[in-house]
Amino acid sequence: MKKTLLALALVGFGCSALAQTSVKIGHAGPLTGPISHIGKDGENGARLAIDDANAKGITIGGRKVQFELVGEDDQADPRVATTVAQRLADTGVKGVVGHVTSGASIPASRIYEQAGIPMVTPSSTNPKLTQQGYEVTFRVIANDLQQGAAMARHAAQSLQIGKVAIIDDRTAYGQGLADAFADSLKQHGVQVVGREFTTDKATDFTAILTKIKGRQPDAVFFGGMDAQAAPMLRQMRQLGIGGRFLGGDGVCTSEMIKLAGEAMSAETYCTQAGIPMAKMPGGAQFNERFKERFKTDVQLYAPYSYDATMALIEAMKTASSAEPEKYLPALRKLDMQGITGTIAFDRNGDIRDGGVTMYRFSDGKWEALN
Amino acid sequence: MEIFLQQLVNGLVVGSVYALVALGYTMVYGILGLINFAHGDLVMVGAMVALQTMLFLMGAAPGMSPLTMLTLSLAVAIPVCMMLGYTMERLAYRRLRNAPRLAPLITAIGMSFLLQTIAMILWGRNYHTFPQLVSTAPLQPVAGVFVTPIQVTIVVGSALIMAALIVLVTKTRLGRAMRATAENHRVAALMGVDTNLIIALTFVIGAALAAVAGVMYASNYGIAHYGMGFMPGLKAFTAAVLGGIGNLGGAMLGGIVLGLVESFGAGYIEHMTFGLLNSSYQDIFAFIILGLVLIFRPTGLLGERVSDRA
Repeated sequence: MKKTLLALALVGFGCSALAQTSVKIGHAGPLTGPISHIGKDGENGARLAIDDANAKGITIGGRKVQFELVGEDDQADPRVATTVAQRLADTGVKGVVGHVTSGASIPASRIYEQAGIPMVTPSSTNPKLTQQGYEVTFRVIANDLQQGAAMARHAAQSLQIGKVAIIDDRTAYGQGLADAFADSLKQHGVQVVGREFTTDKATDFTAILTKIKGRQPDAVFFGGMDAQAAPMLRQMRQLGIGGRFLGGDGVCTSEMIKLAGEAMSAETYCTQAGIPMAKMPGGAQFNERFKERFKTDVQLYAPYSYDATMALIEAMKTASSAEPEKYLPALRKLDMQGITGTIAFDRNGDIRDGGVTMYRFSDGKWEALN
Repeated sequence: MEIFLQQLVNGLVVGSVYALVALGYTMVYGILGLINFAHGDLVMVGAMVALQTMLFLMGAAPGMSPLTMLTLSLAVAIPVCMMLGYTMERLAYRRLRNAPRLAPLITAIGMSFLLQTIAMILWGRNYHTFPQLVSTAPLQPVAGVFVTPIQVTIVVGSALIMAALIVLVTKTRLGRAMRATAENHRVAALMGVDTNLIIALTFVIGAALAAVAGVMYASNYGIAHYGMGFMPGLKAFTAAVLGGIGNLGGAMLGGIVLGLVESFGAGYIEHMTFGLLNSSYQDIFAFIILGLVLIFRPTGLLGERVSDRA
């Protein structure tokens, strides 16, 4: 019986090896809903990478390979994400670029782990994704811990802030970001004079802000989204709290500028995981080619999506195999020059030296510092 | 001390809005024994309609003074909410007046979803900037307390409206008819009170209050969104229960007390529990107070008058 199974397995393996001229790579992100433009952007980035690889004519293990992109819509919804992940696994993709949002990536990662399919997310920044002890999770963008650390460094060194109050919205994202910020502040000797909490549905923050006011901080850091940050900043100014307002990428939006109105000032700072396209090694050229191919501007993470796709292909090349179990070690040890910078992963699958950009409000928009 | 006074002001402002919204819950409950869960969403509709009117006026008559614009937008938002309140009563609740109590309750929750979804379709999922026509720049601080003109407007405005409502209910013929209907609508009908009209009017008055509260709320925070009515609605419902649901004075007291408890809770919970609890327990603190009040006074702070209903 055992022998028959082994024989069958060998036959199966032999067949797939012979037939493998086409390799499927999945992409999953929101293609419908409020952030569908971000999902499409990511898919386009991956598509460009696939086109480039096919145009170059890549050989893996001595045979020519045609790559094929399988795009799926996860609606940025955790439940849909797992369904989509299962579908991709059943389709037989050899690697996945995505998902786009942390809320989708984390539940989907369990499915990929079970199926043994590597996933490289271009944009999910929640640290939890790569802390689950999974073998298959990778990310090519800085996570929230790195974002919090960058903001702490900036606050301590460039802004010379001595006392900070921290507020978060108790979501996985907000809390993670605020904790990371608070931890790094300690190393820089900055004093945390207040740690307050709100929810992601609140609009009135006067009570916690008044409490913070009594501690006289030089800056207030908020871990959360723009819809709370904007009224919070307004109420800060209404209560006569001066000083700086700091936030993460949830605050780094044009929505924030619109909603906070006249409360926005040069005292407002935020961080964004990743670096602006102009500062990427291959940014300008990528932008041009992207526009020519898709007749639309790069929205946000397309370059990261491109690099995530290329990372998978490069690892397959190095390992001379498109089979996940064969190329996974190569992906782990990858060291490749991408559009966004050097792509190399640490023990957890997080990118080493992921770039984080500081922004400051100036002239009606967020302006990149450094 | 100045922190204490500032928290007092914060609590009063938030509490005034709660009180205004709580009145709508309590009036309907007093007269029908129905908890109209869609009431919070009328707050949202009021704000959204006012926003739409303001945007239209800004385009049509750019030089208009803020006060005129505010008055005009209220003049549109209030009737729209009143009509909506009437429609809800006429189409949904009146048919269920003699049904088991669970049916109108579930219908009210359905109404709430319906209003939110329609608003989402009409105005999208995005947050909107609400024009702050009453200044939100802080006045000269007194004793270190910062107060903005809009906050003064909210507290004074709510107090005036609540006073007017008390007069309406206790001193006018309409008020007497409302009280009679609340006490026993069959007997009231036998005495020649058009109870259908009175019940509809109760909904309409509550909706008007919700519209005003919505405009105040949005003006204070400068933000409007299709889901913005949910939280104040929930809090106002709590305030109505705290004060004694069905009782007008109770709703006002409950609103103010809840606002103050929230504000002082967030401000002092850490001191009071020696650092054990922090401001993430702000809402829990408010509900502990509610629980305690209901244990010792099951009909709420001022609820004895409607003890047979609760």
